[in-house]
This record gives sequence, C-alpha cells and structure tokens, in this order.
Amino acid sequence: MATIAFLLNGASQRCDVSPDTSILTLLREHLAQTGTKEGCASGDCGACTVAIGESTAGTQRFTSANACITPAHQLQGRHLVTVEGLSEKGSLHPAQKAMIESHGSQCGFCTPGIVMSLFTLHSDLTQRPSPLSPERLEAALGGNLCRCTGYRPIRDAALRMNDTPYERPQWFDAALPASESDTQTVDSAGTVPFFAQPVSLEELTQLRQEAPQARLVAGGTDLWLEITQRLAPLDQLIDVSRVAELLTVEKAIHADQTGWWIGAGVTYTQLEPLFEKHFPAFAHLLHRLGSQQIRNRGTLGGNIANASPIGDTPPVLLALGAQVVLASVNGDRCLALEDFFLDYKKTALAADEVVSRIFIPQPTEGSQLRVWKLSKRREDDISALLGAFSYRIVQGSLRDVRIAFGGMAATPKRARAAEAALERCTISAAASAEAFRAAQEALDHDFQPMSDVRGSQHYRQQAAKNLIERLYLSLSAPDHEVMLHAYAH
Amino acid sequence: MRTLTKLDSDSSRARRELHDHIQGSGPLARHTVDSNGKRQAGSASYHESAEKHVTGKAAYIDDLSLPAGTLHVALGLSPVAHGNLTKLDLSKVKAAPGVVDVITFHEVPGHTDIGPVFPGDPIFVDQEISYAGQCLFAVAATSLLAARRAVKLAIISIDEQPASLDPVAATEREEFVRPTHVQTRGDWQQALDQAEQIVEGELFVGGQEHFYLEGQACVVHPTEDEGVVVHTSNQHPSETQKLVAEVLDIPFHAVTVEVRRMGGGFGGKETQASPWTCIAAIIARRTGKSISLRLPRSEDMRATGKRHPFHNRYRLAIDAEGIIQGGEITVIGDCGYSPDLSDAIVDRAMFHADNAYSLGDAQVVGHRAKTHTASNTAFRGFGGPQGMMIIEAAMDDIARQIGEDPLTVRKRNFYRDGREVTHYGQQVDQRQLLHTLVETLESDSDYWARRKAVSDFNATSPVIKKGLALTPVKFGISFTAQHLNQAGALLHVYTDGSVMINHGGTEMGQGLHTKICQVVARELGLDLEKVRITATRTDKVPNTSPTAASSGADLNGMAARDAASKLRERLFDFAAEHYSEGLDREGMRLEGGMLVAGFGESERRIPWGELVQTAYLNRISLSEKGFYATPLIHYDRSVGQGRPFYYYAFGAAVAEVSVDTLSGEYQVDRVDILHDVGDSLNPAIDIGQVEGGFIQGMGWLTSEELKWNDKGVLVSDGPATYKIPTFGDLPPIFNVALMEGHPNSMASLYRSKAVGEPPFMLGICVWSALRDALSSLTDYAISPHLDTPATPERVMLAANAIRKKVL
Repeated sequence: MATIAFLLNGASQRCDVSPDTSILTLLREHLAQTGTKEGCASGDCGACTVAIGESTAGTQRFTSANACITPAHQLQGRHLVTVEGLSEKGSLHPAQKAMIESHGSQCGFCTPGIVMSLFTLHSDLTQRPSPLSPERLEAALGGNLCRCTGYRPIRDAALRMNDTPYERPQWFDAALPASESDTQTVDSAGTVPFFAQPVSLEELTQLRQEAPQARLVAGGTDLWLEITQRLAPLDQLIDVSRVAELLTVEKAIHADQTGWWIGAGVTYTQLEPLFEKHFPAFAHLLHRLGSQQIRNRGTLGGNIANASPIGDTPPVLLALGAQVVLASVNGDRCLALEDFFLDYKKTALAADEVVSRIFIPQPTEGSQLRVWKLSKRREDDISALLGAFSYRIVQGSLRDVRIAFGGMAATPKRARAAEAALERCTISAAASAEAFRAAQEALDHDFQPMSDVRGSQHYRQQAAKNLIERLYLSLSAPDHEVMLHAYAH
Repeated sequence: MRTLTKLDSDSSRARRELHDHIQGSGPLARHTVDSNGKRQAGSASYHESAEKHVTGKAAYIDDLSLPAGTLHVALGLSPVAHGNLTKLDLSKVKAAPGVVDVITFHEVPGHTDIGPVFPGDPIFVDQEISYAGQCLFAVAATSLLAARRAVKLAIISIDEQPASLDPVAATEREEFVRPTHVQTRGDWQQALDQAEQIVEGELFVGGQEHFYLEGQACVVHPTEDEGVVVHTSNQHPSETQKLVAEVLDIPFHAVTVEVRRMGGGFGGKETQASPWTCIAAIIARRTGKSISLRLPRSEDMRATGKRHPFHNRYRLAIDAEGIIQGGEITVIGDCGYSPDLSDAIVDRAMFHADNAYSLGDAQVVGHRAKTHTASNTAFRGFGGPQGMMIIEAAMDDIARQIGEDPLTVRKRNFYRDGREVTHYGQQVDQRQLLHTLVETLESDSDYWARRKAVSDFNATSPVIKKGLALTPVKFGISFTAQHLNQAGALLHVYTDGSVMINHGGTEMGQGLHTKICQVVARELGLDLEKVRITATRTDKVPNTSPTAASSGADLNGMAARDAASKLRERLFDFAAEHYSEGLDREGMRLEGGMLVAGFGESERRIPWGELVQTAYLNRISLSEKGFYATPLIHYDRSVGQGRPFYYYAFGAAVAEVSVDTLSGEYQVDRVDILHDVGDSLNPAIDIGQVEGGFIQGMGWLTSEELKWNDKGVLVSDGPATYKIPTFGDLPPIFNVALMEGHPNSMASLYRSKAVGEPPFMLGICVWSALRDALSSLTDYAISPHLDTPATPERVMLAANAIRKKVL
C-alpha cells in the first residue's frame, strides 16, 4: 500500500492503493464512482475510458486511457477526469449534449467511455484547432466499441459538439499535487509488495539489480492483462514511465549512421510527429496499432521487450535496421534488434537489464519503406501477419533489401532468403518477375507459420506471398492502385 | 412451450379482435399531433435515459450499491468439451482466503435442470460434461478477486471423451437436440425432375457472439421469508422468476425479479441470463447474504450460447428467366449441447429460407444438430438471418448461371400476385410494398448507373475490385410459439396527475420504454414528461413473455394502450356524470393536458390535474391494467402449414464495396437503406434500430469470427480476438431512410411495425457485394463460394482460387 495524491475532477484526492490496483478498481471499488464501466477488463472495448490530465505550460492537456489496465499509481501528480466530472455543476459538456441530441446512446453502457473520448477530442480541438478529418475522428473513437448504434449518431455527435459554445471551466486547470510519490522500500526477497517510480536511469538500473524479480511497467497495456485476465499476483512493480532518459527522442550519429535515439518509454502517440515526417509508412501503421487509449500509454520499448511475435513495431524496426540498448548498473550494451529476439517471448535481456533506448537510422537517398498489416478488422486489431519491406532503388535495381514479418514465426523475424532473392534484382517487369517469384518461394524456407485464432497457417503463407506480389506490382506498375484507400492512407 | 401450436379456437379475445381489429383501420402513429402541435407517439423523442447515459448516472447491475456483507460469486467452468467428471476436490477452494460458501450440483435444493423450454440444461454438471465452459461449481467470497482466485485451486479430474464439433457429421449420425421438422408445399420433387435448369449450392454461415457491453450480471437479496429479490440484466424476468423458484423449491410468489435496463441484450439475455440468478439465489438463501454475480468477459463468452452457426444446402429448379419453380432447401442449425430455444430458432430459419422470394413447389427441411459447444440461443433475427442467407446465395448463383444482374433475378422472384403463398402456407400481404420499396431504393441509390461505374472500374483495375449488391428483407413478426404473443401493463395515475406505467417488456437500449411512455402520453393527452416508467418487475406485471422477436412495442405498447384507454373511458364516464353542467360524453377527449368535451361554443375544458383529483375524491380508481393478445396467428406443426406471422416487415439495402483481391482486405464504400416500419412510433429510435441492426448484421458476416480449437474450447473469447465492427467500419456514405406512406395493413400499434430484428438482415447486402466483387475476377461467369464470416482470410483465399496470378 502506498498513498497517491492526484486530482479527481478538479478536487484533491489522497488514496491508499496496492501495486496492482487499476484506475478502474480505484474508481468503482474504492471511491464508489460507478459512471466508468467495465466492458472487457482488457483494454479492448473502451467502456472504461477516462481522461488523464498533465500540465503543459500552465494548462492541462488531457489524453484518453483505458482505466481497466492503467495502474492507479500512475495518477500521482496528475488529473483524473471521469464522466461524473463533466456535468458536475449541472450543465452538460458539449460532448454530452451532442450525444443526447444525436440519439447517440441506446443501451448506454458504452456511452460514458464514448463521452470521455469525445471530451479528449473536444479539449484537444480547443487547444490545437484543426479540421476534424475522418482520420482524426477514427483515431479518437476507434477504441470505443458500441454494439447498439452502428456509430452513425456518434459520428454526428462528434461533428456537432463544437457548435456548442463552451468555456473551459477553471477546475480543468486546478493545481496538480507534486508528482513524486512516497518512496517505498524495495524488497529484494520478493515478498513485500512495492511500486517504485524511479525518475532516472541510474535509479532504475539500481532498482532492477536489487529486485530482478519485480516486473517493469510503462503503459501497462500488456502487463495489466496478467492481473485482469490471469489473476496473477503482480505486487512488485517498477514503473519506468517517469525515467527521464527513457522519455527523450534525439537525433544523433551512431556507428557512422545518422538517426534517432528513441527512449524506450516514449509512447506511440509521442512518436507520431517524427514518424509522420520521416517514416510515413510507419506512422500509418501506428494509426492501426491498438486504439488512441492504447497509443497514449503503450511504448516502443514495451512493444520490443514484450517480444510478442505479433507486436506491430518490431518487424518494421527490423526492416529499418534498428538497434536496441540494454542498460544495467554495469553500463550499456547495444544489439542489432534481430539479435534481441531469441525465441517465443525470449529475449537477450539479462535479469538486471532494461531496454533503455532504440536507434533508428535515418532513411538514406532513394530508400523506401512499405509496411503492410493484415488483420480481421482495420482498427484496433492485432496482426494476423505484418510485412515490412525496406529497400533502396539504385539505377533501377533493388539494394539493401530488408524484409521482416510478424505473425510468421515464434518471433518477429527477417525473411533472409526472400531478401536474398530480391537483392540487386532489376525493376523492369520481365526480369524481376522471376526474382519476385523466387522471393515468394523463399518465404517457405524463411517461415513455417502456425494456425491460431487470427489466421490459418495456409492463409499466413499465402498472404505473405501475396504481399510480395503486391510489392512487385507497386514497383512494376505504379499507376495501378494496389491498395484500398482506407488501408493506404 | 415454444413449440408451434394450432390456433386456439377458444380464444375469445382473438375472436373479438377478428371483428373489428384485425384489418388495419386504426389510428396512425403520425396522426398524433395534439392541439398544441406537440407529438407523443410518432415523435422523435430522446431515449428516456439519454441524459443518464451520458452523465454516467444510469445504473447497471454492477453499479447498484450493495448491503454490507454482500458476497461475490465466481464460477468454476469445465476446461474440456466432453467427458465425465470423475473427481471434484474443492477442499483448497473452501479453505482459500475470503471464501464463505462453495456449491455444486449436490447443493441445489430444488430442480437441477433449468432448461427454459425443454429439459437438458443442468444448473451444474453432475457427471457428464457437455461443453467447455459448462459450470461445475460456484464460489462465494468476500470479494470477486478472492472468489476468482479460489476457483483456480479446485482439483478437477475429467475422463475426457472426443468432442463432437461438426454439426453436419452429427446430422448424418442423427444426433439431434430436437426432431427434424419439414415444410412442404406442392410437388417439389416433380419440379426438380422437370426442371429446365437446376442450380445448387451450399454455404456455411458462422455464428455470432452477442457482445452486449454489459456482461451477464445479477444481484440477489434474500427476503425475510423464504424468497429472494433478484436484480438482473435480463430479457425474460418471468422465466427467471420461475427457474429461481424451482431451483429453490419455493412458490413463484416468493421470487421478485426486477430489470431496470440492460447494457445490451440482443437475445443473449433471453434464456442465458437465468442460470446465474439461480446460482446466486441458492447461495443467497444458504448464507443469508446478498449476492453479486457477474461474469468476466472471457467466462461470459465461454459459458453462454451464441447465434447458431448453420450449414445450408439448396437445390432449385429454375426456368430460363431464372425464376424458381421449386426444389429443396436443407438447413442444419448447430444447436450446441441442449435444446434451449433451438427448436423455434431452426423453425424461424426455415420460415425465412424464402426471404422475399416465392420458392414455388418446395420442401424445406430443418435439422437441429447436437454438438459439444455451449447451447446456442436467441440472437437478433432468431435463425431468420441464417435461413435467409441460403436463398440470397442462390439468387447470386442463379444470376451468374443465366448471365443476368443479381438484382434483376431477385426482382423476378419476388412474391407477386399468383405467387403469393409461402412454403408454409401463409399468404404474403403488402406484396406491392415490397416491389415499391425496392424500386424506390433502386432509383434513389442510382443502382444501375453505379452498376455500370463498377463494371467500368473493374475492367481497368486488376487488383482492386468493386462490388455492388441490393438485397431485400421480408421478416415475419410474431413469436412462432403462439402463447408468447400476449402482454400486460399496469397503469397508475397519482393524485398530482403524474403517471406511472409498467409493462412486461424490458429495456435493453432499443427505446421500448420511450415508446411505451409515448403511447400512454398520447392516449391520455399528456406531455411525455408526465409519464414515467421505472423498472420491469414480476410483482407489477406477471407472467410476461420475453422481450424478444421484435415484439416489445407491438405487444406491450398495445397492453399499455389498452390500460390507458380503459382508464380514459372510466374518467370520461365519471366526468359525464359528475360535472353538474352536464358534459357531453360523446366526443369527449383528452388532449394538451385537458379533458375536452363538446365542440365550438359548448366546448368545456377541465385540466388533467383537476380531473384526477376530483375523480380520486369521488372514489374512482386511478389504476388500470391492460392486456393484449395478437389475433389471427396459428401454425399446425404436424403439417408444417399455417399463418405464424401477424404481418411481415420489409426492407432493402444496397452496398458498394471495394476488395483488395491480393490481401483479402475490403472496405464498404457506401450503403443505402430503405426500411419499412409501417407508421413509425419514433423515427429517431427506429432509424437507430435500422442502422445499429445493419452494422451488427454486417459484423456477423464480415469480421466477427468465432473460433474453437480442435478440442472444442472457444479461443475467440474476448474483444482482442473477437472483432465486432468499430467506428471505422461505419460506411463513409450511409443513407438510411424509413419508408413513408405505407402504414401496417394490420391493426398493429398505431399501424407501426416491429423494428428490432428485421434490419439486421440488411447486412446481407455487404456479403453479396463482396461476392459480386470476387465474381468480377471471372467476368461474372463464376459465383464464388464464400462462407461467412467473410474475413479477409476467406476473401483472400476465395480470390486466390479464381484470380489470375501476376507472378
């Protein structure tokens, strides 16, 4: 148990919480605030969406989060806004008003979550005005499942809520408590629960060495499922989300390559501007990674360290030739990312190490990146398979071909045989068809995928080959549309 | 019983209705503008709970405040699909921290079989395990987490047997939960023998998880006598009352069931909400404590039944024009391990194997296959959608075979004069409405110009292919179990003039309570704010039918109207007698919050509040109950013929899709819908039902894939693996309209029509459009096989089988 201090809908709160308490449990069970609903307890439905405010230059910026899988401890020094807060003074927030007027609720169970997603969109639009594009709407609402309405009235509500004049209430920007939490004694024997929040890499690696059995948590978007789905005791946690060194993005030269060092704790949302500028295909993938609520919390380091074979970013990072730095009290070591993944959920990370940062080389002249994710649903779904293709075109032929797939093996993995088949092949139609055919066949050597809930073995094999065909078509017949608008933009 | 029965010829109410009420001549929903221009029924009022929804104040089961000492229950579910329970050692469970009570089959005081219609659903496994997710035991502890953790300590030994998971193989072995039913009209064999052409095919139609956002949940309080009060998220409170009483071995009057609202139902809380209340009730009586039981999502998905998967086959004789002369259709419903509602569900699939088309001389056969999965159950459409799929598949197949546009073939086969009787003997009324509706949509959606644009696009686009399809819906309205077509209501007027209406229907988001309030407000000439509904309770309106079969407003609205009009007439009688100046009884009316008598100069007005107060002082009852039974319907199951439906609801939808034939990805570019709700009770709510139903139907046929492993364990057991449509699946162009100017030809509630289920089947046009796009790969020569859900995987594999490879 430790005490946390935060704002709840503008009012100071101090609560005692155990390490495995989620914001949803805190709200519903400790504070009897039942407006926020549990739909799935796995971060997939958005019924429990809340807004978390952090101070930036005097005003607070609110981002959405799934309360069911966000650690309550992370509220320390922050502002939690829930559906109850929006209409506290009796008048409805424009998002609420618009939902009523658009007939946007039927059974009403998903509605508080939708209202909160609309609220963060509304406050974001007020702070950073920009046109409400379909893409932006999708990003804001793609993580909120509604089983009744079919979403049309919710879209209408989003489009009309800005018509209501609205003055930002003062309580939005009430002073936040200090962000440091109580220091807790770390128990290396592993018997006493603790939740540690180091703020520097030095503290983090020290803690890691003292308590190698403790679990690391950043966004919690995957780890928390162990609590809610498997009921695992998760009472020794080291929160890396406030470690300064893990939160930076820096341009640098590393091993003779220009590129960016990305802190392991940088969230997907924070990565968007960089990727949009330099890796548009990667940025586009981010739009389809989880939901806004997940992207606001989940981190690049978490996606790597988790080592899932179906994580979205590792295949792209493999294709881009990314490197990863593992830090411990004994210093850093830097690995090529492909040397990090050893086997299913097994990595090169030692017990006293943490993933501290990732290096992504800057694209060079003529280099191209294609990222194609296949899933049952376009938004907020996990890949059945994902192919990432990086190459340069030099005088009409392919160079430095790097292909990696997720969902095709026990780890995210490069397709070395397919890469070899395409290396230095020319792009002129007749000559290259042979090479691309060879690359398709090579995939059978590279991968023996399995059948699971997301796709059959046969589908995965065939779809991977079809992505090679898509690559061929996009290079040899660039005038033809080879992708659907919704997936290509 | 839900089995189909003959018309009860002694039904005096039905006979009375026959005289004046059957053929529609009653008032219309739209003709409800009162003298102040205010509308009651027929107006687009907001959902009665809308403000409570958006502020988080609407309370669902898990939001109810619980008395001190409340226990939380978790369930021990079978990890295997088929076998015998050889050992269940719960000693560690009982000793776990916080655990107060643990119960199994042996602790059930009364009935142990809680089958809703037919026996076959044990409350707990005794010995034989029939599906993975079946309940073995229950644990009550001081917190839900303590209970869930304790469940994991059970030592369970099972002699595992091979699971039967293939309904087609089960049908061949004649392993059924109920006997096969057959409907025959004319000499179908001869039609096939003498056919100019024969077209045939088969189709697997996948199931569907309800994915109500609020999972199964209940709170049960023990009462001071031998009974319980049950709060439950539940479409059928009366059945839950019965089952709880039976497992406790107490009279029904000792059990009160209350439902304020559900966070979604869709059929998944018609029978499948009861088991949990029964378990909670047993523990409440044993411990004397209040009990909270809610299923975590993955347990909910494993323990409860779903929409039935179906395997369907057809073999039809057609003429050169593609018009069906006759033939046979076989549907096999995968019922899971027990009957539940499967008899009526497979029947409804059979009743809809024709959709909007005359089958000619046809036989329709429906098997109810038994497999080792959860007992499949009601889900919006109740088998109708699965039945319709086979004839819609046939329409596309016929079109390819004779080289015509599928819409042309569909229209040629519509019920029309001379071809107006279904294979189960019911004449299809309002045939012209079907034709008019489809022609209007065809023209409003610019079908033919877009057909040309699609063909032109496809001719020059090798990878991306567009598809277009218009599919109709004709859906029969009424419970096919005749006795369920009844409803009651209870109306109270208080002395301040405020009105409370209760009825047997439950609110699951469909806006039923809103519509009922509108009905009462209209009948009593009051503003909507004067009328309130609290919760549905078995001690207010007894012996109710489930809120199902789209019938909620049709039945309960008529009962509420009956109550309100009886009370109104009593007030008129009283007023005519009471007021000394002599009010004219003839032409007396309630409007704008007034009783109005006489016309012109002799008009007299008495405010509603004064009228009510005066009536009270003169000892006139201000409470009334209402009742309704649907007239006319009957079905003789022994011959498979009758008129099971009071009327049909119609609709049609056009979808345009783009398919990436390399990846199998697709997008729905545009959807146009025109739907028939007769005269709408509330256009906003009805549009909401149409849109929501469409998207849910589209999800069923596209991204929502249930998967079991080869041992019969459901592996798509949460939203991470089971994908219902999300925001981005809403078509960018989505034109939805209600058909105007065609009130119900029957005397339904203000000549409106049921709207809950019919629009679900509009989603079929998306699947048909996907097939259309795939067919373009063969220049429309081949009708590609496409089982459902048509996931990107299925679409890619279907395309790969017929497309020309570049490499």
